[in-house]
Amino acid sequence: MERFGYFAVLAFIVVGSGWLEFGLRTNVLRRGRRFALSVAPVIALFLVWDAYAIAQGHWTFDPDRTTGVTVGAGIPVEELAFFLVVPFAAVLTLEAVRSVRGWTIGDEPPEEAP
Amino acid sequence: MTYTELALLGVGLTVVLDLVVLRTRLLLRRSFWAAYAIIVFFQLLTNGVLTGLEIVRYTGDAIVGSGNPVFIGDGRIGYAPVEDLLFGFALVVQTLIWWVWWGRRGVQYRPLAGPPIWRDDAGTQRPAPGSAGPG
Repeated sequence: MERFGYFAVLAFIVVGSGWLEFGLRTNVLRRGRRFALSVAPVIALFLVWDAYAIAQGHWTFDPDRTTGVTVGAGIPVEELAFFLVVPFAAVLTLEAVRSVRGWTIGDEPPEEAP
Repeated sequence: MTYTELALLGVGLTVVLDLVVLRTRLLLRRSFWAAYAIIVFFQLLTNGVLTGLEIVRYTGDAIVGSGNPVFIGDGRIGYAPVEDLLFGFALVVQTLIWWVWWGRRGVQYRPLAGPPIWRDDAGTQRPAPGSAGPG
């Protein structure tokens, strides 16, 4: 089970932020296409960064606490999941602020802006 | 390039993307900074686990500090290299910039967020997503 150490941290992020979708009705899952379009260029950029950093030896991963599954260029599958989970949590958090406070985020049509 | 240099470059490109290229101006909004305060708290928590337990290790050649994770000092905050804060900022802000940008273009602008479930009875709150209004 130890090799799921990195995944356990990701699971904490999913649970810790995921309740906002239901408790605050952030409605991000119902805007899945928009989320996919938003995260795609970010994942692409950060996978390149990750590949470079791993190749240069900037950082390494504990083989005992990662699954050892890679997605190419020596990038652990946990990293790809990280680049999906963290942006998801970030969007949930921004929409949670909008849900509770009603503050604008800049996507509002001109006539709806206060 | 070192991680320090790349992290600074990442933040710079993110700011330019927001203020100049896409003009989403997220970094000028109260809503963003409120969200970011929450995000950075949890980043320090979760990244502290990843770096403190050495699930991820860094070489001293690429960062301000050394490769040895200490709780605070030597270029580290909560065991993580300070560069990770810049990395996280770039990752999170770029995502939110695109999120705003697509919404502004009308891609799934709705259903809007809110209201929280505990405000169900509050008729004075903003209407629920997709509803035409009271009654």
